[in-house]
Amino acid sequence: MPESLTAIVDALPYLLGGSLVTISVVAAAMGLGFVVGLPLAVGQVYGGVVVRAIVTVYVWFFRGIPLLVFLFLFYFGFCTTLEIDVSPYVVAVVVLGLISSAYQSQIFRGAILSLPEGQLKAARAIGMSDFQAIGSIVVPQALRLAIPGWSNEYSILLKDSAVTYALGVAEIMARAHFVATRTYQHFPLYLSAGAIFLVLTWLGTKALRLLEDRVRIPGYSPHLS
Amino acid sequence: MDTWLYLRLEAFPALLRGFLVSIQLIVPSAVSGLVIGILVGVLRVYGKSVIKALADSYVVLFRGIPLVIQLFIWYFGLPYFKIYLSPFTASVLGFSLCSGAYHSEYIRGALLSIKRGQTLAAESLGFNTVQMITSVILPQAIRRALPGCGNEIIYLIKYSSLAYMITCIELTGEGKILASLSFRFTEIFLVIGVCYLVMTSLASFILARLEGFLSIPGFEQQRT
Amino acid sequence: MTAPILQIKDITKSYGKKEVLKGVSLDVNRGDLKILIGPSGAGKSTFLQCINFLVRPDKGQIWLNGKEVRCEHRRNLYAYRQKIGMIFQDFNLFDHLTALENVRIGMVKVKGIPKEEAGQRAELELERVGLKDHMHKYPAQLSGGQKQRVSIARALAMDPEVMLLDEPTSALDPELIGEVHAVIRDLGSNGMTMIMATHQIAFASLLASEIVFMEDGKIVETGTPDKIFNDAEHSRTREFCSKITDLYGER
Repeated sequence: MPESLTAIVDALPYLLGGSLVTISVVAAAMGLGFVVGLPLAVGQVYGGVVVRAIVTVYVWFFRGIPLLVFLFLFYFGFCTTLEIDVSPYVVAVVVLGLISSAYQSQIFRGAILSLPEGQLKAARAIGMSDFQAIGSIVVPQALRLAIPGWSNEYSILLKDSAVTYALGVAEIMARAHFVATRTYQHFPLYLSAGAIFLVLTWLGTKALRLLEDRVRIPGYSPHLS
Repeated sequence: MDTWLYLRLEAFPALLRGFLVSIQLIVPSAVSGLVIGILVGVLRVYGKSVIKALADSYVVLFRGIPLVIQLFIWYFGLPYFKIYLSPFTASVLGFSLCSGAYHSEYIRGALLSIKRGQTLAAESLGFNTVQMITSVILPQAIRRALPGCGNEIIYLIKYSSLAYMITCIELTGEGKILASLSFRFTEIFLVIGVCYLVMTSLASFILARLEGFLSIPGFEQQRT
Repeated sequence: MTAPILQIKDITKSYGKKEVLKGVSLDVNRGDLKILIGPSGAGKSTFLQCINFLVRPDKGQIWLNGKEVRCEHRRNLYAYRQKIGMIFQDFNLFDHLTALENVRIGMVKVKGIPKEEAGQRAELELERVGLKDHMHKYPAQLSGGQKQRVSIARALAMDPEVMLLDEPTSALDPELIGEVHAVIRDLGSNGMTMIMATHQIAFASLLASEIVFMEDGKIVETGTPDKIFNDAEHSRTREFCSKITDLYGER
């Protein structure tokens, strides 16, 4: 067996272990991005001038600065200055989550805006408060429309998670580099790491498509109704 | 030394140097990325089946593998084949190829959105394929692809910071070195953040103006 | 004579410079079926939406059962809207809910009725509009006429005292209009108070207790169907009636 192949086979369990770290970082960041992003979207669509302005600035800020700069700023900057003792893993999740919340808010905003205006009107007409109408009519519909955007956000987040290697999070990329510098099999190992990412992208997209089918409303296609 | 004095005397000159390197990374990568993207996008729509398949797999690979890994392959991986690239060259190569794959997606979508009637009309006037592509299809497709491609360029500005990870010392890299020496991470990286915000905001402003400048009345709406 | 169930006084509404309603007043007695007619752009739809404050009037007052509606208090507003059923031209069924869920959701969320009980009531309402067999279908699986009947059931489930119908059949294919009209006729004969905008002259002349002709943000003339269609005072009313009879057939 050629040397490069041996190196890959030897490193594979270690790399796959890293993919668990990657998956957990991505899942947690997506969750955080969802929890923060959805209220942002609702605020940006239905909020007053002040709320809208705040959301706009938030989105502009988190979409305008590179991930790597945020990672350094939060980990070496804020956490040191404020003397917060957290692991790189937590910082990675928080930073990826906050950036994702800015992007997710725009996905949800688009979905909300694409709903026919009559949905909200009909909810109000039966006496629902705006809060009830948004919670039980607008959001459930918007979330379904947001799944394709969400799937896109997943694949971006997955790839971005490799950057957290810069803080020393032991994900796929970090592990590949670790082994590579010891075995001098850089090329095969990075390629394997890349292959694992390709598989993870494929799996995640597939899972979200299944979810989309599962929650599909029979007969419904937006913009035709 | 107080913060302001430190920033002015020590940080700003170094950051300016880094900023210029960032620009030198971004501009050529953006241009060559766009050229690759247009070429690949056209091949994916109009190419013969083998070429189409090749172009498609290029896009799958370069969009599916994280950019950091691509950069590592160019910089740390190629020496495996006795090919040695400087950090700067490896960065520009990595950015261009990755960015090109994304651009090609937008170009492809835009090309496919052009109605069959447009090509029929061009053919009926006796255009050959190249003439048709350059004078009828591309002018329409570029307008449709512009928002997506513009976004990609803004991504590129941000992702240029990853060059630091293969030791190409640009804005983020200079910042990291400065901050490691002075332990003023918060101040330095806030300044760097502002630099990137200015770049990305400026880019989106210019792109919005460009979109407005190129817009044809009613053209964007008739997208079917 | 008993006091009107709904009194509407001097409603005005402008969008920017355009004055859509220029002081519209209407008294509605219990059991009335008032039919609003008039050219498109007359303000009928805006007027109906002003009645339950889906559109906020700039000025004007509304009394329900002799009590003025104070819509600036949200609680009052939500309580008031429950008593005013609204039927839209394009149905506005909640697209992510089945017919049954559409009828049930208001009772559960707004009235706080337990799901089980609300479900039974919803079934009953759907049966009343003849759709019990379709109750587990989603809006996209129903015909236009069926959708509109579900939306009527949804409004009825809130026990409204007055129903507002904004051109309930104008988005329907002609062969589906009848089934919706039948439901509305039933409602009328059970004593429901209704205000309805429509272009269906035949239906209007048969069932209306009063026809209200609106044009250009004002009520031009009101009267019995017989008077409005055969013996209108204003020339504009006569012109409109003859035009619409040509369009929508003999009465």
